[in-house]
Amino acid sequence: MCLKYQTQSVAKPYFIASIILFAVQISFGLILGLQYVIGDFLFPELPFNIIRMAHTNTMIFGLLFGFMGAAYYIVPEEAETELLAPWLAWLIFGLFTITVIVTIASYLAIPYSQLVELTKDKLFPTMGREYMEQPTIVKLAISVLNLLFIINIWGTTLKGKKTGINSLIILGLFTSALLFLFSLYNPTNLVLNKFYWWWMAHFWFEAVWLLIISAMLAFVLIRITGINRDIVEKWLYIIATMIFVTGFISIGHHYYWIGAPKYWQWWGSAFSLMQPIPLFLIALFVFTMVRKRQIEHPNKAALLWVTGTAVIAFLGAGLWGLIHTLAPINYFTHGTQIEVAYTHIAIYGAYAMTIFMMISYAMPTLRNRKANNERAQVVEMWSFWLLTLSMVFATIFLTIAGVLQVYMQRYTDVPQPFMVVQERIAFFYWLREFVGVIFLIGFIVYVASFFVKQHRRLD
Amino acid sequence: MVIFMMQSFTKENARNIFYGGTVFFLLLFLNLAFNTSVLLPKQERYENTKIKQQVAFGKVLWDNNNCIGCHSFLGDGAYFAPELGNIYQRYNNNIDGIKRFIRSRPDDGIILRRSMPQFNFTEGKLDALAEFLKYSSQVDTNKWPPTKEG
Ligand code: HEC
Ligand code: HEM
Ligand SMILES: [Fe+2]
Repeated sequence: MCLKYQTQSVAKPYFIASIILFAVQISFGLILGLQYVIGDFLFPELPFNIIRMAHTNTMIFGLLFGFMGAAYYIVPEEAETELLAPWLAWLIFGLFTITVIVTIASYLAIPYSQLVELTKDKLFPTMGREYMEQPTIVKLAISVLNLLFIINIWGTTLKGKKTGINSLIILGLFTSALLFLFSLYNPTNLVLNKFYWWWMAHFWFEAVWLLIISAMLAFVLIRITGINRDIVEKWLYIIATMIFVTGFISIGHHYYWIGAPKYWQWWGSAFSLMQPIPLFLIALFVFTMVRKRQIEHPNKAALLWVTGTAVIAFLGAGLWGLIHTLAPINYFTHGTQIEVAYTHIAIYGAYAMTIFMMISYAMPTLRNRKANNERAQVVEMWSFWLLTLSMVFATIFLTIAGVLQVYMQRYTDVPQPFMVVQERIAFFYWLREFVGVIFLIGFIVYVASFFVKQHRRLD
Repeated sequence: MVIFMMQSFTKENARNIFYGGTVFFLLLFLNLAFNTSVLLPKQERYENTKIKQQVAFGKVLWDNNNCIGCHSFLGDGAYFAPELGNIYQRYNNNIDGIKRFIRSRPDDGIILRRSMPQFNFTEGKLDALAEFLKYSSQVDTNKWPPTKEG
């Protein structure tokens, strides 16, 4: 048996659900990319906004499943005790899965305004905002399931050993669930509405989820490098410090142009200038640990994901975030393809890749082996390169599209209308769609790697 | 990175820095946020209560039809369709022009062109949406967007 604690096995369905949701997310993404260039594709049955909410919601749900799976795997092993209530983990899994399927299906099945009516949004209006499109009842259901989940893992640590990794992953998951409650707050005042909308979006992506993935990285690094826990956790706390020190007030970079007081331009610029620091520290941390490793773990694929995520999170979130975060630059880039380019590489690098890393490390043990056979690992590494390189190229193409858009629509003496500019940069959208297909192929290779068997040796 | 090598700098030190730093910057942030949330409602101005109600209703329609799923609005949202925070200026302060555009979307879209749905709004709803869009154009955005094209 490769699992240290039997109840860690509840992580498996969560990982599988995360992978399936990722597949759905990619498919919707390809449709969106096509609608960018063939404007009336699937219109009026499935307009852009409907596919977009299906795409972004499957992303969020997929990441949540990934985080939950990671927590169920990590927390018992760190606490050195069985999970408090494995049956509860299964119950939450079932209910959450049903909630997600019903939600996504309802987006696709009926016009959005009908869904609003059907779910009696009028009684407590929360729907219709980006990332928060779910019916109010779904938001409540998710919040309750989140709470049960937190109780389950927190209770586990209470009866076991306390470690830094567990403290931080639980702090991250707990605050993540807490921030989701902001989706229930929908003030009429437009500016105030935007002001609080960002509390969920910014603090999720740029603060508390970073805490979760840092803890995940630390967990895996201890196991595959054999480096002493005290050293790893010392790094972890310093990284976590920088995440929060820079992450809170940098929310100001979303307040430059929405009607908030002007002082946010200074606070936002100053603090988000420092935001790459924790991402740089993460990269430094990973590379230092890997370089000084005490053991050679047989899972080479997991090692590749660990180092890959460190690099892409730094470049994607850190560097690509940095280039448009200062107020005078953001004045031109805000709300253009620059932002689309950057959000994709940031989320892929920081979150999708860490979940792949976690699955890569944990799944073999959940399937009763220390590491996958060599051939399977080679296939998995191929998928790493296909996925990562195609995302890097998508970022490059969209950045070019964004620069051209800024120039034609905002920077020249004769600014062109939005729709005219979009047609003139369509070529780069086609390139994006092309690498999107490569990304899908990379994903198929990834899934295939789970089924690759070792050749029987003939000699 | 000498700091990580120093024996005297322990994990417990690092943990205390984390909790101390977090609390300090959280309080600093909450202080700023509190100041902002006191200031913002004071900036609200409506010509009369009818307009105030229309703007509020317009916001409900804006959400219920998920306009933000295609459009950007003061730069946030989606990037598939034109910015609408300054549509009032783009249409030369002409509310009727905005209403006419929304009213005239073909049911089946426009061939090969990015298309906006026909929402079949009543006249009252169109008024509310247009007032909401006009209201948004009067938010003090520090001169954003750079041009009227959004
Ligand atoms: C499915 C995507 C989609 C949704 C949802 C959508 N729009 Fe649009 N909208 C568009 C597109 C695309 C255009 C540009 C159409 C064109 O130029 O042919 C547009 C243009 C507009 C314009 C004119 C902009 C200009 O610069 O000329 C207004 C006003 C507008 N939309 C308002 C709204 C409102 C209000 C809602 C919500 C009730 C909404 N839209 C929902 C896609 C959408
Ligand atoms: C893991 C790290 C990060 C992730 C996943 C992430 C994710 C996101 C997402 C999803 C958005 C767009 C929200 C939306 O409009 O829908 C966003 C906006 C933004 N982020 Fe980040 N981010 C990360 C780190 C950073 C860093 C390090 C910086 C700066 C140094 C930064 C600067 C910005 C800015 C300036 C915007 C707003 C762009 C605009 O609206 O003009 N981000 N981020
Ligand atoms: Fe942010």
